[in-house]
Amino acid sequence: MLTLTSDIRTPYHGLRAGVKLAALCGATVGLFWLPNPVAMAGGLAAVAGLYLVPGWQFLREGVRLLKPIWFFVVLVLLWHVFMQQAMTGAVIALRLVAAVALANLVTMTTRFDDLIDVVMWLLTPLRRAGLNTAPLGFAIVLVVRFIPVLMDKANKLIDAWRARSARRVGWQVALPITLCAIDDAEHVAEALRARGGLNAPQDP
Amino acid sequence: MERQITLIALFAALIAVLGLVPKFTLASGIPITAQGMGIMLCGTVLGARRGALAVLLFLGLVALGLPLLAGGRGGLGVFAGPTVGFLIGFPIAAFVTGRITERMSGAPVFPAALLAAVLGGIVVLYIPGILGMTAMLDMTVQQATISMAPFIPGDLIKAGLAAALTASLYKARPASVLSRR
Repeated sequence: MLTLTSDIRTPYHGLRAGVKLAALCGATVGLFWLPNPVAMAGGLAAVAGLYLVPGWQFLREGVRLLKPIWFFVVLVLLWHVFMQQAMTGAVIALRLVAAVALANLVTMTTRFDDLIDVVMWLLTPLRRAGLNTAPLGFAIVLVVRFIPVLMDKANKLIDAWRARSARRVGWQVALPITLCAIDDAEHVAEALRARGGLNAPQDP
Repeated sequence: MERQITLIALFAALIAVLGLVPKFTLASGIPITAQGMGIMLCGTVLGARRGALAVLLFLGLVALGLPLLAGGRGGLGVFAGPTVGFLIGFPIAAFVTGRITERMSGAPVFPAALLAAVLGGIVVLYIPGILGMTAMLDMTVQQATISMAPFIPGDLIKAGLAAALTASLYKARPASVLSRR
């Protein structure tokens, strides 16, 4: 399935997902306490060190995941240099890279299923309070399944447009895509109800 | 119950697909990623509560590491990045869009959905978005607001499309437009 989990095995894969998430929260809060560029550069170096434990290849993969934020890093640096507060700019830019890289590290080394388990565990108090949390797990599975189906339908409709028209595919194609999707959803709901609904015993 | 959950899951998936499908380029050359339109649609079609739930479900999956945000971004990193304010704003925007659509159930669908999408999907969304940028990038509110200006025309078009889509949907499948019942 389409996830951001890294294929490279790392020591971090073995850690409990909940532990990693708690550590991530703590470390991110910690980053906001580092006062000057030197300390922040140290923080970033520590994060880079974590990436280096599994090897260069893993570090490269991590850097590739950071692509979307370089634009903001450059923007922040230019702006602060322009305002003659280069030091503040350096702290913010370094912190941005370190915080995002740290969070990505957890994403890259934790399986999707394990994270879902953490979510369900976090919801325990709600369950104790008498709320049914099973529909959430069910909804997650449905979305994961709906996305490729919808993509496929959308691509087919776009192909159908291209086969019949010389004009470029326009926004009008969004209506049939949505209609197909809604009809599918109604069918799925009907099938679910026919099988006893969400409250039916899960494992036969 | 089953129907509500499948529709919520469907719209969560729709937000993702609208961010992944090749973006539409308008005649004027303004490229729009349709993800923001997905947020508006959640509100205008599903209504306040279910629309917000669909968006939360989508964000939950992004946090769990699926690369579903426009441009294939995802994972916990996006919640530490400069656009975190918009992510926080997404469910609020869907909720407000839905609430306005529900309140205007007496008016024709298109104008009601358009007003709701503009107020909820643009005005309400930009507030946490701008605050997020001021916090993460150390800008002043004014600077952050000015930096958002280039996105307004695109977002207005998206609101128009979302409203048109909701109106056509209401004609074709009135029972599925939950905000109108």
